[in-house]
Amino acid sequence: MIPAKFNYHKATSLQQAIALSQELGEEAKYMSGGQSLLPMMKLRFATPEHIIDISKLEGLSYIKEEGDLLKIGGLTTQSEMEHNELLKSKYPIFGDAIWLTADPSVRNCGTIGGNIAHGDAANDQPALMIAMRATIIAQGADGEKSIPIDEFFHGFYMTALEPGDILTEIQIPKAKKNSGGAYHKVERKVGDYATAGVAVHLELDDDGVCREVGIGLTNLSPMPMRLERGEEVLRGKKITDELIAQVGLIASEDCEPDSDLRGSEAYKRAIVNTITKRMLNKALERARK
Amino acid sequence: MAKHTISMTINGQPVTAEVDSRLLLVHFIRENLSLTGTHIGCDTSNCGACTILLDGKSIKSCTYLAVRADGAEITTIEGVAAEGTNHPLQQGFHDQHGLHCGFCTPGMIMRSIDLLNNNPNPTEEEIRWGISGNLCRCTGYNNIVKAIQQAAEEMQKKETTV
Ligand SMILES: Cc1cc2nc3c(=O)[nH]c(=O)nc-3n(C[C@H](O)[C@H](O)[C@H](O)COP(=O)(O)OP(=O)(O)OC[C@H]3O[C@@H](n4cnc5c(N)ncnc54)[C@H](O)[C@@H]3O)c2cc1C
Ligand code: FES
Ligand code: FES
Repeated sequence: MIPAKFNYHKATSLQQAIALSQELGEEAKYMSGGQSLLPMMKLRFATPEHIIDISKLEGLSYIKEEGDLLKIGGLTTQSEMEHNELLKSKYPIFGDAIWLTADPSVRNCGTIGGNIAHGDAANDQPALMIAMRATIIAQGADGEKSIPIDEFFHGFYMTALEPGDILTEIQIPKAKKNSGGAYHKVERKVGDYATAGVAVHLELDDDGVCREVGIGLTNLSPMPMRLERGEEVLRGKKITDELIAQVGLIASEDCEPDSDLRGSEAYKRAIVNTITKRMLNKALERARK
Repeated sequence: MAKHTISMTINGQPVTAEVDSRLLLVHFIRENLSLTGTHIGCDTSNCGACTILLDGKSIKSCTYLAVRADGAEITTIEGVAAEGTNHPLQQGFHDQHGLHCGFCTPGMIMRSIDLLNNNPNPTEEEIRWGISGNLCRCTGYNNIVKAIQQAAEEMQKKETTV
């Protein structure tokens, strides 16, 4: 399978890439890892006239804590995240997810920015971003913008990024004392996209009361989804088995899965209940450590 | 659609060529350079038969544009044996019967080189996860795991004797 013809442009700087994209218009697409875009081009689901390769832009691959934030550069590959000591020690939710994402050779190329910018509800990082209440930083023709994750996903493969915008950074509130997160997805085979996935992030106060909670769902709706009603049940309460069971049920009620090759709607509603409960328990355990 | 001039090293040899934007790296390697040890299994990024090393990291060359490899250092299966001596992974696959038909083997070996570079002493579980993007339809994987374990031991011995 060979992609349709297109023109290739290698970006040399952020500003040059943005200017080029403005000049070429809507028929131009950025490529970072190419692990979502190129397969779509080979299948001719995507037929951009121009590819602007941003993978070699410097200074956009990093993972660091600064002030109250964890900052991850948009071009950081999933492999770099997987082997990063800071993420391993303080943000194990990333390891949970990346371990189950694609396979090591795909992760050597695929970037976190591409995973989120693609706007695919089947990708794993969006659920984590929702759970951790990330802010997406993008650079475009009008300068820098900062987009809260709840305003980022607009629909099936649609995001708040406008043509020309480059996702440069992800900002996440720094891990606090008594906080913890966890992610799991059920997949048909290793490396497959999720049949159903759940990300949970919890913050407890000194008395063990849930101060903040985020729950994101993967591949259970046309766009990445926050389980708002479930979060409300837990916020401000001491988390008990009964509350966890209640949130599991809410997950199976509120998600919007379709029947497809990965499973029937009923099956997906059943497993999201179980995964939600398990991830709440796992996040709770990590928060109490 | 303009052609692009790209230069890279493949198995230590410098190569310069003119390519179309849409040429896939695997086709460049197999058809332009006649290095047919890199296989095409699925052509959909799933099987790993096309795995090569790009700047030391394993990638699926069916899911990479040749034009993006400009400036890169590429290693294919043809480049892993040093002067007629098998690479420890090649020897491991030979000794442990890590192949039947052999179609997956070049990709398995290229992937395993990256795996052992990052993790010289992997557990069995880490090996199985490490080759999870490489499919084998013959062996049932057990002997592949043994082959990688043998190579890991061999490579560590070399490290300590050097
Ligand atoms: C076999 C296989 C299995 C996979 N399984 C999974 C899985 O289980 N879970 C999962 O989450 N993912 C999976 N993926 C996808 C993989 O993780 C991708 O690498 C990732 O989703 C996209 O990152 P990329 O850098 O490759 O983006 P690209 O493919 O380069 O780009 C994707 C889209 O985002 C845009 N884009 C990319 N970077 C930016 C940026 N910085 N700013 C603005 N726009 C940008 C591009 O224009 C394009 O529209 C799989 C891929 C393959 C090939
Ligand atoms: S041919 Fe490239 S992954 Fe199968
Ligand atoms: S040996 Fe035949 S596919 Fe692996």
